Amino acid sequence: MYRYDQYDHKLIEERAAQFRDQISRRLSGELPEDEFRILRLQNGLYMQIHAYMLRIAVPYGLLNTAQVRMFAHIARKYDRDYGHFTTRQNIQFNWIKLQDAADILDDLASVEMHAIQTSGNCIRNITCDEFAGVAKDELVDPRPYAEILRQWSTFHPEFAFLPRKFKFSITGATDDRAAIAVHDIGLAVVKNSAGEVGFRVLVGGGLGRTPVIGTEICAFVPWQDVITYVESILRVYNQYGRRDNIYKARIKILVKALGIEEFRREVEADWQHTRGGACTITVEELNRVTAFFQPPAYEKRPDTELAAAQHDNRAFANWMQRNVKPHKIPGYAAVVLSLKKTGVAPGDTTAAQLDAIAELAERFSFGEVRVTHMQNVVLADVKQSELTVLWLAAKERGLATPNVGLLTDMICCPGGDFCTLANARSIPLAKAIAECFDDIDFLHDIGEIDLNISGCVNACAHHHIGHIGILGVDKDGEEWYQISIGGAQGNEASIGKVIGRSFTFGQVPEVLARLLQVYIEHRFDDERFIDTVHRLGYAPFKTYVYATPVEDDKMLAGVDYELLKAGAPYDMPYYSPRF
Amino acid sequence: MIIKNKAIVADDWQVLRATDAVVPEGRVIVPLATWLAQRDSLIKRAELGVWLASCDRPEVLRDDIDKFSVIAVDFPKFADGRGYTLAYLLRERLGYKGELRAIGDVLRDQLHYMQRAGFDAFAVRADKDINDALKAFSEFSESYQASVDQPLPLFRRVNRGAGS
Repeated sequence: MYRYDQYDHKLIEERAAQFRDQISRRLSGELPEDEFRILRLQNGLYMQIHAYMLRIAVPYGLLNTAQVRMFAHIARKYDRDYGHFTTRQNIQFNWIKLQDAADILDDLASVEMHAIQTSGNCIRNITCDEFAGVAKDELVDPRPYAEILRQWSTFHPEFAFLPRKFKFSITGATDDRAAIAVHDIGLAVVKNSAGEVGFRVLVGGGLGRTPVIGTEICAFVPWQDVITYVESILRVYNQYGRRDNIYKARIKILVKALGIEEFRREVEADWQHTRGGACTITVEELNRVTAFFQPPAYEKRPDTELAAAQHDNRAFANWMQRNVKPHKIPGYAAVVLSLKKTGVAPGDTTAAQLDAIAELAERFSFGEVRVTHMQNVVLADVKQSELTVLWLAAKERGLATPNVGLLTDMICCPGGDFCTLANARSIPLAKAIAECFDDIDFLHDIGEIDLNISGCVNACAHHHIGHIGILGVDKDGEEWYQISIGGAQGNEASIGKVIGRSFTFGQVPEVLARLLQVYIEHRFDDERFIDTVHRLGYAPFKTYVYATPVEDDKMLAGVDYELLKAGAPYDMPYYSPRF
Repeated sequence: MIIKNKAIVADDWQVLRATDAVVPEGRVIVPLATWLAQRDSLIKRAELGVWLASCDRPEVLRDDIDKFSVIAVDFPKFADGRGYTLAYLLRERLGYKGELRAIGDVLRDQLHYMQRAGFDAFAVRADKDINDALKAFSEFSESYQASVDQPLPLFRRVNRGAGS
């Protein structure tokens, strides 16, 4: 993986020192909150209900074990012993004190990490295929380009105050696992007929209040030109993107308003001035960065070990089926460590688990860890012959739930328990759903299904592209949930459709059970839920769900609902908006 | 007082905010609309100044770009980032070489980016300590990407080794 040189170190240290000074000016009152807010956001520091949340950048989801151990250290020293992996392949800590933030950034800098541009109206952490470098269907490893773009976007002086946040995602495989169609800019590394490497560029995708699938702006931008090309996109957006209405400020609205032809014309007119200029990527720079992403020292091994590992232990077989993924090198496999154990908030890991992940990565996977946008963790280079031992060790740490891709492998935002934007709680609902469907045979029978739960229209959990999407809505101060079906990520990305009027917290599991019932009755042999929805349309699902009254299980919301109403018994934060 | 070329200097340019006002004598930075409406009379002055709002187009100054002693770009709010691209375009596309001044909601913590994008003068907001604002220029010693202040990206300027 990429390692910092003196320049990277210097920049990160200078940034940490700058933010330390800004924090002290805030604490002294010299810097008012409305001026400080944007500075802290560009350093990943949000204000949530109970405390500050710090979102740490994990560039394209790649980590070494020193970094994972640093997360464990931060969880223990500054937080409440856990961290939360996010859909941008980042990690966030929910119980941070402003006074500690500068020390945390110094700690992070010591392991080549930071929280730069993980929030704010700027270019955010660039996400990537979690199986980059090991996937069988990969044409080109996208990570060197992701790193080159990370450096270009870090502190870009022209684009620190865009109309709204700006997200890139990159894939280099034929099967898009990076959801590039729902990003402001989606890049697919491709080869043209001459075998040259370049990028297919999508623009104007995004979720949130107005979900849009990205449009192709250019079928092939040569790799040398990718910086100048995306810079022109940003320059057009920075000038013409709307700033009068936060809900209409994303680039997708501008692309829709201008139309893709006019938008493309503007971009190319700007690009003519910079194309081939000083920002063109050099072969030397590409080679320098690519050298960091060379394959580890794989051994020559037979590819039959995977079959040999399939012994008759039912639990192990389930895990092999769901959590073990193919690898391009014979004798190896990629393993997904599930962070979706029933009873645990999706994406949460304790400090002890973080240490365990680091240890497992050292023992089994060349000391590298990847974070997935599905809020799980991947060990990408595991010997097939060691899968059994890994499984036993992971199981002991609660990291081997055999549910990857299944109903309980939910994407879930922090929701009303933490986030000031949320209309409704997400985590307790995910927990209730996981408990209602906590039957591994049933889950395996239902098969692949993406269930995404967002607490508000900002769509942090990508509910629009869940096969089943749940959206928290506010009705007269009460939390309700709107259900959609038919959304999808990947090559066939689509936006889900709302099935009808919304439901209470206690009704949601029954609604899900009814949707699954329709699927079970109508599915063909190996047909996935989403394929049945596409074949049958929404009508049979909607009809069945609303045919009879759905019982509201008031017990489901449980004790913590009352606790929440009474006010959370937490430490009062500094400058909290709510207390 | 303003900051110019990273030093605090006295300044007697007056920024005329109203577009319908009579332009007083002396050193005046007029709104773009005023410049466009009164170009024929204003052009006879010894020293010219004009300011752009963040929604203005810089290209309209193309033919007169060398005539200005000062071009200012207004930041209505510091979080309105259009001014950075305006500065870039004035320098890079229109070849403006004179003083480029940031006016409006100009605060210490944005000066580094402003300076990189092409500003060389800063009318720091009146209620802020201008001496304190000077510190902004020494916070960073390097940058990855090219911009107006540094036309080459880091990878073309230094030898960063050959990777791992």
